[in-house]
Amino acid sequence: MIPELGNFALILALLLAITQGTLPIIGAARGIPSWIALARPVVQGQFVFLAIAFGCLAYSFVNNDFSVMNVARNSNSELPIQYRIAASWGSHEGSLLLWVFMLSAWSVAVSVFSRHLPDEMVARVLGVMGLVSVGFILFLLVTSNPFDRLLPAAFEGSDLNPLLQDPGMVIHPPMLYMGYVGFSVAFAFAIAALISGEMDAAWARWSRPWTTVAWVFLTIGIMLGSWWAYYELGWGGWWFWDPVENASFLPWLVGTALVHSLAVTEKRGSFKSWTVLLAICAFSLSLLGTFLVRSGVLTSVHAFATDPARGVFILAFLVIVIGSSLLLFAWRAPKVGLGGKFDLVSRESMLLANNLLLMVAAGSVLLGTLYPLIMDSLDLGKISVGPPYFEAVFVPLMTPAIFLMGLGPLARWKQASLPELMLRLRWAFGVSVVTALLMPFIMGEWKPLVSFGLLLAFWVIATIFVSIRQRLHNSGQGGLFTKLARQSRSYYSMHLAHFGIAVFIIGVTLVNGYETEKDVRMEIGSTVEMGGYTFRFNGASPVSGPNYQAMRGDIDVLHNGEKIRVMQPEKRTYNASGMAMTEPAIDTGFLRDLYVALGEPLEDGAWVVRVYHKPFVDWIWFGCLLMAFGGILAVTDRRYRLKVHTKHVETATVADDKRVASNPRLSTGGKKA
Amino acid sequence: MTRFLLPLAAFIVLVGFLAVGLNLKPREVPSPLIGKPAPVFQSQLLHEPERMLASQDNLGKVWLLNVWASWCVSCREEHPLLVELAKSGIVPIYGLNYKDKRDLALQWLSQYGDPYTVSVVDPEGRIGIDYGVYGVPETYVIDKNGVIRHKQIGPVTIESLEKKILPLIKELQG
Repeated sequence: MIPELGNFALILALLLAITQGTLPIIGAARGIPSWIALARPVVQGQFVFLAIAFGCLAYSFVNNDFSVMNVARNSNSELPIQYRIAASWGSHEGSLLLWVFMLSAWSVAVSVFSRHLPDEMVARVLGVMGLVSVGFILFLLVTSNPFDRLLPAAFEGSDLNPLLQDPGMVIHPPMLYMGYVGFSVAFAFAIAALISGEMDAAWARWSRPWTTVAWVFLTIGIMLGSWWAYYELGWGGWWFWDPVENASFLPWLVGTALVHSLAVTEKRGSFKSWTVLLAICAFSLSLLGTFLVRSGVLTSVHAFATDPARGVFILAFLVIVIGSSLLLFAWRAPKVGLGGKFDLVSRESMLLANNLLLMVAAGSVLLGTLYPLIMDSLDLGKISVGPPYFEAVFVPLMTPAIFLMGLGPLARWKQASLPELMLRLRWAFGVSVVTALLMPFIMGEWKPLVSFGLLLAFWVIATIFVSIRQRLHNSGQGGLFTKLARQSRSYYSMHLAHFGIAVFIIGVTLVNGYETEKDVRMEIGSTVEMGGYTFRFNGASPVSGPNYQAMRGDIDVLHNGEKIRVMQPEKRTYNASGMAMTEPAIDTGFLRDLYVALGEPLEDGAWVVRVYHKPFVDWIWFGCLLMAFGGILAVTDRRYRLKVHTKHVETATVADDKRVASNPRLSTGGKKA
Repeated sequence: MTRFLLPLAAFIVLVGFLAVGLNLKPREVPSPLIGKPAPVFQSQLLHEPERMLASQDNLGKVWLLNVWASWCVSCREEHPLLVELAKSGIVPIYGLNYKDKRDLALQWLSQYGDPYTVSVVDPEGRIGIDYGVYGVPETYVIDKNGVIRHKQIGPVTIESLEKKILPLIKELQG
């Protein structure tokens, strides 16, 4: 009964989505106020029905209803409750339902936080989001119904993939999807702007916070995925250039370009058609990622069970959504105009160069990801593209981008002077070169690549200092703290995010340069030395989990002869699927991680044990968090809070917005590049 | 106008490749065992644990080895076809009950029908490793000399039976 209710709710949501995708857009074109006014209530109705559908699915999982195919395939009565809930989005069908549910949540957010926008604009934006929603709900109902029954019911479910039975996996997909789906808002704003032909600074200002929030979610989602791979897969890597990882990284790269390009469009009125194109691309790549994971065209650890009918459906959907938006772009963008002019050396030109570098990087990652598919379609053989390709392309492209990242925030808009910039940054450059040359000696061994990586990171940090120093110097009277408090949040948010990049680079550089790993045979009582630590193996003993049996190793870690902790890595075998899983033990530290994983058992209680010493590895994820915090800080900037405030004072809206635009400190305050 | 059409053109090329890609099956890595002697195994029967079956016992006849498990939902899709194929008597089907529990497996067969001449058990998946099993179900066509001639990855379908498996069996038996 409950699954049928869910199915029915999904059908009702489809009908509302169709209404949302048609009437408000037509209403906006023809000027029919009642159709325009329909947008908001329909969006909210759709959200309610999707929430009911999602609740019904979760209910079936929680209550082990193995007469539902999806539950029988992806759950098990022994599965702990939190993973039964997470299993609702562990399958293809469930995750897609989560996708549309989030899309409707974003739509509701737009419908609520858009009181200050013209009604026609809101109608068009919500209409476009409705059309996307129609496609996905149809996809669910036609090819991937999560409520399909399995009759007669199974005795027992086949269990959720043990890899997904982990707290990180419970939140990683929702975060990532919030990011993917969030770009639909920027996309819808762009399409609405193309339809109406009104593409001004106001349009960019409305899109910006939405895009930033989506970008923050995507950043956190990717970070969680990488962190999960690190501690769950058991071989200590944090990024594998797997097709599905790439599928999430592509929208991130383009989204990063978009965040910056929107800043230029808002402040200088430039890059208009470029910004629109990026908004279309960011969301298109999110959709493409969905296609790659679910159609079975690429092999990946993430791939869902595949079905050609699904592939055909998503491809058709991609063609309609992306094809029509690019066609609309080709038709309307030439009329948009180019906006403000700028010199060869200016902040605009640097941002444009960085945008291009990010796009080229995204293009090369896309090419590497699809290359096996291209070769196979041309009948040139089955190949796979691995990390060496991606590293060889990505690092050289990012190097000038990072260099410009330091330069950009210090350059003037419109026209900057290169000699003057060089003069202002000579100390920053000198300090970063010297530090980068010396630092590797502290780590114990000088390596050219480490020095180079550190140079990029220190350059970013040094330029941030220079920027803040000059900014304070130019902000009038007062003590240090008054001056610091006088800067806008969006200014700090930019530097915080850039600082995150520097921290990330330091982590990647040092862990690649100095990590050590040993695969050793350990008898009971034997020891292994690594990075100043001694690991003593005390044997492994059987333990039982809720739905698995495990062998748990017991390893003492000694530092300077003193026992600092016990590490207990496990080798699990899950009851239902018989799948074996390696559960490493990690000692997390500010400057290093100790990482121990059990390999295979040998005779006499000895085991093959893998031991890693990973300096600075946590800086990788900490850097990502700083970037995300930067994004969060940006959307809490005064300009946006002012708007929330004006929401309550409807009549004051226009005046307030004008004040924001005309107040020089506020409008130039945000240098978020 | 032309330069604004470039993104669309690039997208059309991409769609072309994706469309072709849909008809390819990257997961179906050609098995290195095709044309090679089937790995030898000896294991307990599912129904009579005290009896053993050795794969060499099947020399001299064409047979199918079907990898199945009671926890495998896709196995249910192909199961009616296997039952029908067994009834027709064209080819004997041997089951490899993969990483399963005996009571659940027996219960499953009594509910959905038992197409297998016999099923052997592989609770640890050791035989599966020799055969390169990476998903259940899989079906192997093995000829009179004990050589693997075809591997079906995923459920057997009417299409794969009629187009590939049955003609191959006829050819091998003739």
